[in-house]
Amino acid sequence: MRIDSERTEGKNSQTRPMTTLIEKLKPKFWDHRDDTAGPFNRMFNFRFVWKVSVFLMSAVALLPLIFITVVDYQVTQNAVRSEILFRTSRLVSNTRRTLYFFLDERRAVLNFIVKDNTYDDLNNEVRLSELLNNLQKEFTGFIDLGVIDADGRQSTYVGPYPLEGADYSDQGWFKEVVERGSYISDIFMGFRRIPHLAIAFKHDLPNGDSFVLRATFDTERFEDMLSNLMISGEGDAFLINHDGILQTRSRLHGNVLEELNLPVPPFSENTQVNETSDEAGNRIILGYAYIADTPYVLMIVKQTDELMKPWYKTRSQLIGFLMVSITSIIIVVLGIVTFMVSKIDQADQRRFAAMHRVEYENKMASIGRMAASIAHEVNNPLAIINEKAGLIKDLFTFREQYSQDSKLIGQVDSILQSVKRCGAITKRLLKFARNMDEVIGPVNLVLVVREVLGFLEKEAAYRSIQITVNADEDIPEFETDRGKVQQVLLNIINNAFAAVSEGGRIEVVIKHRNKDSVMVAVIDDGCGIPAANIRQIFEPFFTTKSKIGGTGLGLSITYGLVQEIGGTIDVKSEVGEGTRFTLILPLTYQKKPDHREKSNECTVGG
Amino acid sequence: MNVLLVDDEIELVDTLAERLNMRGIEADWATSGEEAMAIEGKTYDIAVLDVKMPRISGIELKKKLQVKYPGTHFIFMTGHGSEDDFRAGSAEAGSDYYLVKPVDIDILIQKMNEVLEKASE
Repeated sequence: MRIDSERTEGKNSQTRPMTTLIEKLKPKFWDHRDDTAGPFNRMFNFRFVWKVSVFLMSAVALLPLIFITVVDYQVTQNAVRSEILFRTSRLVSNTRRTLYFFLDERRAVLNFIVKDNTYDDLNNEVRLSELLNNLQKEFTGFIDLGVIDADGRQSTYVGPYPLEGADYSDQGWFKEVVERGSYISDIFMGFRRIPHLAIAFKHDLPNGDSFVLRATFDTERFEDMLSNLMISGEGDAFLINHDGILQTRSRLHGNVLEELNLPVPPFSENTQVNETSDEAGNRIILGYAYIADTPYVLMIVKQTDELMKPWYKTRSQLIGFLMVSITSIIIVVLGIVTFMVSKIDQADQRRFAAMHRVEYENKMASIGRMAASIAHEVNNPLAIINEKAGLIKDLFTFREQYSQDSKLIGQVDSILQSVKRCGAITKRLLKFARNMDEVIGPVNLVLVVREVLGFLEKEAAYRSIQITVNADEDIPEFETDRGKVQQVLLNIINNAFAAVSEGGRIEVVIKHRNKDSVMVAVIDDGCGIPAANIRQIFEPFFTTKSKIGGTGLGLSITYGLVQEIGGTIDVKSEVGEGTRFTLILPLTYQKKPDHREKSNECTVGG
Repeated sequence: MNVLLVDDEIELVDTLAERLNMRGIEADWATSGEEAMAIEGKTYDIAVLDVKMPRISGIELKKKLQVKYPGTHFIFMTGHGSEDDFRAGSAEAGSDYYLVKPVDIDILIQKMNEVLEKASE
């Protein structure tokens, strides 16, 4: 396991402080790529799993909510709108009826006068003024009465204006009244600059002649009636004629006899209510009715926005509710999915780590078996060399002839010396191999450290690495798994070797901490580990991202081994200064329940 | 001192026997259990056996030789490792002494003397 390759990483995260919050919020699985997952690796692409889960859960939760909200929105909006239209329609109808009766009443009374009085009576100015007087008492607003003969000349007139003898024969209304029998005029300004309207009736005399009775009255009553209507939504009620000229005051659409700034609605016998927009582009509700037998169209105009105000409030509440719901659903979905996927990811990592541990253990077991077999096989020929060289030496020594030849003896001695060295190597190899198996026994920690260093002494010599061991005098032998201690130390010291450059220093300190534990510290003056990485170095796969080096399992395996023998491992490092691994081992061994024991037996024990 | 050496490596036993002879120890040798059992008309103070041999292992051979030579003491030689290892394999044979190959001849002789001294106590 090499950790120097990853020491150069991590720089990025320090140079981008802006992204630290995102980095913190980002779940661990986000960047985790399980390259070895095999054909079903999509299942282990947790970013993908996360995205799909978030999408599906959000869709399942949000779609019905949005659907119901939209439907409710539509239904409520339509209900509010049709209520408004209905109310407007009713108001228009009622008002039309009122106006119609108002006019009809006056028309009826004039009709009655015409029929109840002879032409001569009516042409009698005294009688006519008596009639006008009575009319003014009963019906407000009557201004004058006039009798016009068949030629269009006003024969008798009572009223404030000097109109007696006026000739109406050329006027359109006269022709119309002759033709149709009755007539109601557009509103016009009388001499007093007050809006007036005129009603005329033709009456046929028994002798075949005819005459016309004409009355005018001011439209104050009209105005009062319309302006006293309680109209919601800043509404406006007024009359226009068929040409679009206002017949009464309007609040917003112009004064009497001005042209209406809205198009004249098409004729309809019934009350109509439409939604449209006015000149300024405001949406309005336009209700109208053609008043039968008159040139008037009753119009009621309401501001849609005003009317819809209560609805707008409901709508904002609805939208607010929707937004709050969506936000909370999304937060909950994100939380749940992130939590679940993190859990799956962790489980997967544990599975992966377990797989790699088994692989590692198998590898170590194979190495152990191979080492044992090699050592054994080498020992036999070594024994022969030993005997042969011994015999040569014996022959030289026992026969006088060569016994003085120190050069020859020296050669043989050096062969024997080499055999001893080889023997030492094979013994060490065998010892190491045997320790692959789990054997709990007394361990002399200082000796184990020296043994491990023994494996590396050649490398140390080649790279001129200075190794010092500072051990307390009173390190007791203690029961533990010798093989694990050995592997842990080998891993840590190997790391130190990887970290130091040529001529570096490695110090191993062994201390008797207290009656329960001992400490081994491996201190190097190598390149160090960046703070950003230090939290992670005991995690499996930490180096999987790096291009070179091992699987990243070295330190995680070390960590696992240390835990199995009940110890702790800790690391402190400064970039450029060096690294210190501190291992604390308990002096009493408590075997931890090991769920992998079975697999150990069949893989390692073989 | 009469010694019997048994090891499947002829080169080893042959040479070792010669060297022991040069040191005044009478040593016969055999390269298998069968050969060793076939020797007639001799008695041995000590038998040095290789543990790992084809057909009859050193431990089995010891049991047989114990019957044939009741007064003989045994020393094992092994190419395999060390004390722990050896003990595990030879516990039932109840061996007292073992040596790891390659064996220094002086150590072998020293061991033989130890065995005899202990026996005469």
